[in-house]
Amino acid sequence: MAIDWQAFWLTLQLAITVSAVLLVLGLPIAYWIAFSRWRWKFLLEAVVALPIVLPPTVLGFYVLVALGPRSPLGRWWIALTGHTLAFTFSGLVIGSILYSLPFAVQPFAASFAGVDRKLIAASATLGASPLRSFFSITLPLSIPGLITGTALSFAHTMGEFGVVLMVGGNIPGVTRTVSIDIFDRVQASDYATANETALLLLAFSFAVLAVVYGMNRKPWLIGPVK
Amino acid sequence: MRLISWTLLTWVALSATSGWAQEKKNSPELLVAAAADLSAALQEVGDRYEKKTGAHLKLSFGASGALTQQIQNGAPFDLFFSADMDYPRQLIAAGAADQSSLYQYAVGKLVLWVPADSPLDLDHAGMNVLLNPSVKKIAVANPQHAPYGRAAVAALKHAGMYDRVADRLVLGENVSQAAQFVESGNAQAGFVALAHAVAPAMRGKGKYWEVPADFYPPLAQGVVILSHSQHKKEAAELLEYIKTKEAAELLQKFGFTLPQN
Repeated sequence: MAIDWQAFWLTLQLAITVSAVLLVLGLPIAYWIAFSRWRWKFLLEAVVALPIVLPPTVLGFYVLVALGPRSPLGRWWIALTGHTLAFTFSGLVIGSILYSLPFAVQPFAASFAGVDRKLIAASATLGASPLRSFFSITLPLSIPGLITGTALSFAHTMGEFGVVLMVGGNIPGVTRTVSIDIFDRVQASDYATANETALLLLAFSFAVLAVVYGMNRKPWLIGPVK
Repeated sequence: MRLISWTLLTWVALSATSGWAQEKKNSPELLVAAAADLSAALQEVGDRYEKKTGAHLKLSFGASGALTQQIQNGAPFDLFFSADMDYPRQLIAAGAADQSSLYQYAVGKLVLWVPADSPLDLDHAGMNVLLNPSVKKIAVANPQHAPYGRAAVAALKHAGMYDRVADRLVLGENVSQAAQFVESGNAQAGFVALAHAVAPAMRGKGKYWEVPADFYPPLAQGVVILSHSQHKKEAAELLEYIKTKEAAELLQKFGFTLPQN
């Protein structure tokens, strides 16, 4: 049997959507983590890091049950959209956003925290608003971290398996991602196609990571001169 | 501090003696791979057998096709209860199971299951409830590696409904996951094993309709002893127990019918 290109395309769409959403959503969270002086800040940091240590089955379970049609939150979602979160592309997007959150937020926050505070202070003394300082000082100086975070959340979503297996329902073109496709082929003894697909995913993921690390090694290629 | 060290010491002593006691008992653990439709029934059969004989069983449930894959790749199981006869035969052909041990222990039944609060009228409409627009998702086991999934697809095709519902099917990794999709309310109906519908954990949570037996090829289920087993004698003893009237009655309680012999 041939490689399931539909699954590849679907996975790519999922990964692009998730990393784009996380870029927007992750910036304010990372900013707050980097600059807040609230004494309970570590609690939010712990929450953000949770998906790294939690098994995907926990997240999958909550999407199925706590966000399912038997819960108030799930009923609200169904009233809003007309369908359950499970078995839909948007369900996979939401699950993946939660699951990849630390892979975006942590590099963002680390690069914000690494920006020289004197530059931000200088910008403020010149009369720039905090928002303007952020966009003209902090953000441009953090570009390597933004690229790392976005690429990691992209690659992590490409390789996601457990959550999709639990809530996806394996629908071709909707929720059958590459990792599920590989799993199915192995279960059905189609090792040849499983091998081809796995190799392709391996090469693709390696290429993404190599590009990211290569870029970060030479920050002058993309970032401002240091 | 003293309390902690005492607790630790007691714990170490306890675990050492219990490990020793287990070794002394000298009854090996039997690793049993079983089709997902047996998840409730075999648990009970196993409990009964352990109490009777002092044997130790460890049960692993999954889709028959998935388990066959694992066994072919060296999973250390002693016995394999499949949900069909093909997978055991495949293992025999591959030299991974003993031909002489193959025994058909039950015939499974496929049912259409809906949650208890569902407005669908299964009793009158039967499978036609699936054409109701309120049924947005129909859960089935993955037909690629789960016999109950294949039975469900066959039944839908037999009723001439497959093409009309194909885009609403969601696939569970095995028949238990298909049941879970319906139980959690995420799918409105699903094809599950009768053994699930009547299992204590599910009873009262849903209504079911038995798919007529001529709608799908019979789900004759076979068990084999695996070639790699280090405990063939004990495995054969368990197999003998499965053949007894007592075990057969337990299986019947979970909706399995017995082979005609």
